[in-house]
Amino acid sequence: MSERTTTPEQSEFREYCRRWLAEHRPAAPSFRLPQSPIEVMTEEQRRYLCDWEKRCYEAGLIGCDYPKEYGGGGHRGFQSIATQEMGRAGVPYMINIIGLGMAAPTILNHGTEEQKRRYLPPLFAADEIWCQGFSEPNAGSDLASVQASAVRDGDNWIINGHKVWTSLAHFASWMIMLCRTSSAQKYEGLTYFIVPIAGAKDVTVRPLIKITGETGFNEVLFEDVVVPDRLRVDEVGKGWTVAMTTLLYERGAAEGAGSGGGTSLDVRIDQLVALARRIPRSGGSAWDDPLVRDKIMQLAIRAEGLRQTQRRTRVDALTEHPMRLPLQMKVQLSELLQDLAAAALEIEGAHASLYLGDAHAPDGGQWPLAYLNSYGFTIAAGSNEIQRNILGERVLGLAKSK
Amino acid sequence: MAQPKDFGFGSEEQMVRDSARKLLKDAAGIETLRALVARDHKSAYESAVQPAPWDERLWRQMVELGWTALAVPDDCGGAGMKMVAVAALAEELGRAAVPSPLTSTLIATMVLRAAAALAWLERIAGGAAATLAATSPTGSWELGDVAVRAERSGAGVTLRGTTAFVQDARKAAFFVVAAASEGGVGLYAVAADTPGVTIQPDRIADLTRDQARLELDDARFDAAAIVAAPGAAPAAMAAATPAILTIVAADLCGAAEWQLQTTAEYARVRTQFERPIGFFQAVKHPIVNMMIAIDRARSLTYAAACAIDTDPADAPRLARMAKAAASDAAAFCSDRSIQLHGGIGFTWECDVHLYVKRQKHNQFLYGDAAYQRARLAELIDATGGPAAASERFEGGATPSESTLA
Repeated sequence: MSERTTTPEQSEFREYCRRWLAEHRPAAPSFRLPQSPIEVMTEEQRRYLCDWEKRCYEAGLIGCDYPKEYGGGGHRGFQSIATQEMGRAGVPYMINIIGLGMAAPTILNHGTEEQKRRYLPPLFAADEIWCQGFSEPNAGSDLASVQASAVRDGDNWIINGHKVWTSLAHFASWMIMLCRTSSAQKYEGLTYFIVPIAGAKDVTVRPLIKITGETGFNEVLFEDVVVPDRLRVDEVGKGWTVAMTTLLYERGAAEGAGSGGGTSLDVRIDQLVALARRIPRSGGSAWDDPLVRDKIMQLAIRAEGLRQTQRRTRVDALTEHPMRLPLQMKVQLSELLQDLAAAALEIEGAHASLYLGDAHAPDGGQWPLAYLNSYGFTIAAGSNEIQRNILGERVLGLAKSK
Repeated sequence: MAQPKDFGFGSEEQMVRDSARKLLKDAAGIETLRALVARDHKSAYESAVQPAPWDERLWRQMVELGWTALAVPDDCGGAGMKMVAVAALAEELGRAAVPSPLTSTLIATMVLRAAAALAWLERIAGGAAATLAATSPTGSWELGDVAVRAERSGAGVTLRGTTAFVQDARKAAFFVVAAASEGGVGLYAVAADTPGVTIQPDRIADLTRDQARLELDDARFDAAAIVAAPGAAPAAMAAATPAILTIVAADLCGAAEWQLQTTAEYARVRTQFERPIGFFQAVKHPIVNMMIAIDRARSLTYAAACAIDTDPADAPRLARMAKAAASDAAAFCSDRSIQLHGGIGFTWECDVHLYVKRQKHNQFLYGDAAYQRARLAELIDATGGPAAASERFEGGATPSESTLA
């Protein structure tokens, strides 16, 4: 149901969020926090962010719209308010992003009663971190060609395989994992599991080094890992359908159990203007250069356009096709973040060479890092080339490119 | 200050949009348009005076349905509808590329409203077509260098000089003319049939409208012609500008959607290498990019309209953004609509050129994308950055990396 009006409870909740966030904003850490949750590397970062997420959960800012019996707040229309207020307050992001954004809605939609009661509360509280096992060395854009196998053995499944690009696996208690249970059919041969990671026998997590020089994502190897059948999500052979639910949330087309925090696009644009005002150029500042102004305004228009499109997504009378706007969100946001960072480098000029840790780097050297990291978003969750295929085929009815 | 989540687009606004879409589909479909404006390429571009064809019967129907009075306040005999309804109507006019003075009349209405020119608003409510004549022959969108002089003559006024780029001039019953005098620039409502008023039609590429220079040769008017006294025009124009930009942006969005749907349909049915060409990603992905550009522009257009209705302080920013985004979307959609139609898209018989020409015209009207962005940067200098503006919206979180994992 589209929400045309704000209820008094929702307005009151917004006030509560603002007050709580103003009073409980955590002290800035003595160490650097990465730009997004999927780049968290060290134990001190993990501890700081898990503590913060737990406090947010206990204050009712996470899992707000989930049923009480699964650890949620039992409300309606509260999550988007909490998420928005956290973004506005500029507080640290939620570390359990894959749990909140993907695992929780998947379990809520497809899981058993037992799974919902067991896994959701510690997920919200960041007592258990989650990761996602979809991609493999030979299953990227063609996700349904997943080869990691699950073979039935009485009440258990025996899992073998190799997952890659697995963010947060180094901290994860659990993985949502797509496995092949039959080689007879491509799509119907897939089944979805919850698989233990931390401390699990015969599971190996190895860090992968990104182009930024940071770790943060991993490859995960499974050798005859025994998983009980009660950890299977939905029916055998339904894995593709369940994975589509996960991807809907991963691509920002639907709202999960919470996120928020971090640096919003508005703040990014402000930072770009401030940066241009600081960088000297031809006797004035870069902001005096009409080309720089034009470039920043193009980005500001795309940022505002994205926000207004998100607003329009909920107005049925102003949308032609139900998936037309939601399916654009990932493409638009990831490319905007990339172009924002690229523009910052152009504005910085010679200073763009200065990386993290250089004493003279503008904004602490975050822009070169943001630019390199931005490829994570344009490639992950289905590359933007695949997203454009999906948009062309599902929304515009163009012939399938496969 | 907070804007409604749904842009204030309710059942009444939806009714306006749906009835416009239906009438224009029935009475102004693509075959009708082609027959009206593009039957003969020679007369379209080579006759001594370029024809300005329009369907006057359809115009009378629009008047009867209250479309011309949509934006006229209740107390002047109008419907006093919200700007989101006006935007929806303008979008439908663009989608059908209708040759009619309705868009120009809606724009003139916005200026007359800002100047509180009640008597002239009543004329519009009564079915008179009007158009704005405030641009100098230099083509500047600033009001500064007006090339018409106004001199008091008794209680009335005499106008002398030239105003250019007047839209739908040959379809309008009266003009809203900007003219300078010692006290500053004023606005004057001028009936088309007044002695001393000469319309010099331009020869233009767009076949769905007409454009002219207006020569004023000591044309005399009584006091009723004074819409805004000398010095009062800049404030009235500034107040009307967000609405003017929003109307043109909506027209651009509607026409761009036609370009998208027509190009997608061609990519579904045209076969090469034994496949519909939409199979090929060099065709598929640009069509998706057309859609993305349109949706950005359309969201901003309704946001601008909603701000005009509920949050005027933020309207200039959003309207500039909408016009910039819609102009860029139209440029891209026009480019791809010809190219992806291949050889047929380059011919007179294919309807694609009708929309491309209308889009090009609207892109530049009241300032192209780069012009709007330059004004937007000045707005940031004057009022602070976009984060300050984000306090205004309650619907949905501002996206960040946390939205993607």
